[in-house]
Amino acid sequence: MASLDDLKKRIASVKSTQKITKAMKMVAAAKLRKAQESAEKGRPYSEKMNNIILNLSKGISDKENAPKLLSGTGNNKVHLCVVMTSDRGLCGGFNSNIIKKAKSYFSKISGEGKELKIITVGSKGNDQLKRAYGEKIIENISFKESKNTNYFDADKVGKTIIEKFEAGEFDICTIFYNQFKNVITQIPQAQQILPLNNENDESNSEASYEFEPDEDEILNNLLPKNISTQIFKAMLENSASEQGSRMSAMDNATRNAGEMVDKLTIEYNRSRQAAITKELIEIISGAESL
Amino acid sequence: MNEEFKVEIVNPEKSFLVKEDVLEAVVPAFEGEMGILKDHISIISFLKPGIIKIITKSGDENYYVEDGIVEFKNNNLSILTSSIFNLLELDKSKIQDLLKLAEEDLNKSEINDQAKYLVDQKIEVLKNLN
Repeated sequence: MASLDDLKKRIASVKSTQKITKAMKMVAAAKLRKAQESAEKGRPYSEKMNNIILNLSKGISDKENAPKLLSGTGNNKVHLCVVMTSDRGLCGGFNSNIIKKAKSYFSKISGEGKELKIITVGSKGNDQLKRAYGEKIIENISFKESKNTNYFDADKVGKTIIEKFEAGEFDICTIFYNQFKNVITQIPQAQQILPLNNENDESNSEASYEFEPDEDEILNNLLPKNISTQIFKAMLENSASEQGSRMSAMDNATRNAGEMVDKLTIEYNRSRQAAITKELIEIISGAESL
Repeated sequence: MNEEFKVEIVNPEKSFLVKEDVLEAVVPAFEGEMGILKDHISIISFLKPGIIKIITKSGDENYYVEDGIVEFKNNNLSILTSSIFNLLELDKSKIQDLLKLAEEDLNKSEINDQAKYLVDQKIEVLKNLN
């Protein structure tokens, strides 16, 4: 059995760990509220953008000459995967869930004999992926300096992707992120952003539009913006998910630490009692032998 | 007869402005300024730098935008933009900052004609505001 002194030290150390996890939980809770708010506020923009693009792509007259960003290169050889993770750890299964989803997609792609390229956004994803897929990672983007998710950052990622697309470096682009459902549930998502996936059409195409200037020009202008918008949406969802995941992970950690302190305290008291009893027995038996 | 329609301006961060009682909106569309009244035909267009003017019974409001997309459908005007400022909140120093940014863009070497046109527009509008 550990000595009294050792037990005392352990209790103290578990207690200080508990203090840290508790503080982290509070911070995450405060940040979560903000992140959730901005995720909700950001939704109308991306929804509207999607709607307009949907209407546009339906209205486009000649499908043959549609911009490549909409129709794709016609090939299906090189896949670009953008894996979006956080820059900080201690957030439960948040990063691992995305990585797991991404990895299963990677092996599917490689199994089909297609080429794979990876861009990681956020340093944690890069850390986890570079061992197995190091040579496939073509770029690592991280926004450690920016405090809040902002559109400017998303635009930067979007522009990188478009540049690479126009240079013909890939045919299909998929982004991986965590969709925020609630504090305890985040769903890892794989969303194809290039070429645009129009399979889940809602049939609200009654309106015919007038375009000014013509459709092609609007599309050419809009599609790059849409990429950035989708990335921004993913980033907002991700940051809300990260905080939610961290909050529940830290809540669990705090509770576990509490249980541990209780257990250790009982052990400590018991061995203290045993030591006293032992001393008493020694004194009494000493007195009796006289 | 009711002559009012709804205007919604959203930027990526949030819904910037929602107004239900708009009589007329003037937007700087790419091919010239465009005034929109109720029951306008459905239209999609995009914006060049300029002033959005929103006219209601209770008065006019002016906003400065740098880019964006307008969609008008079923008497709903949606404006999507990534940079918008209320003219009342846009003071001289802010205008100077924007002007400086625009001039820097103009001096970049790898600028194409369309981008140059847009930046020129921007500078002109900002100078007028100043």
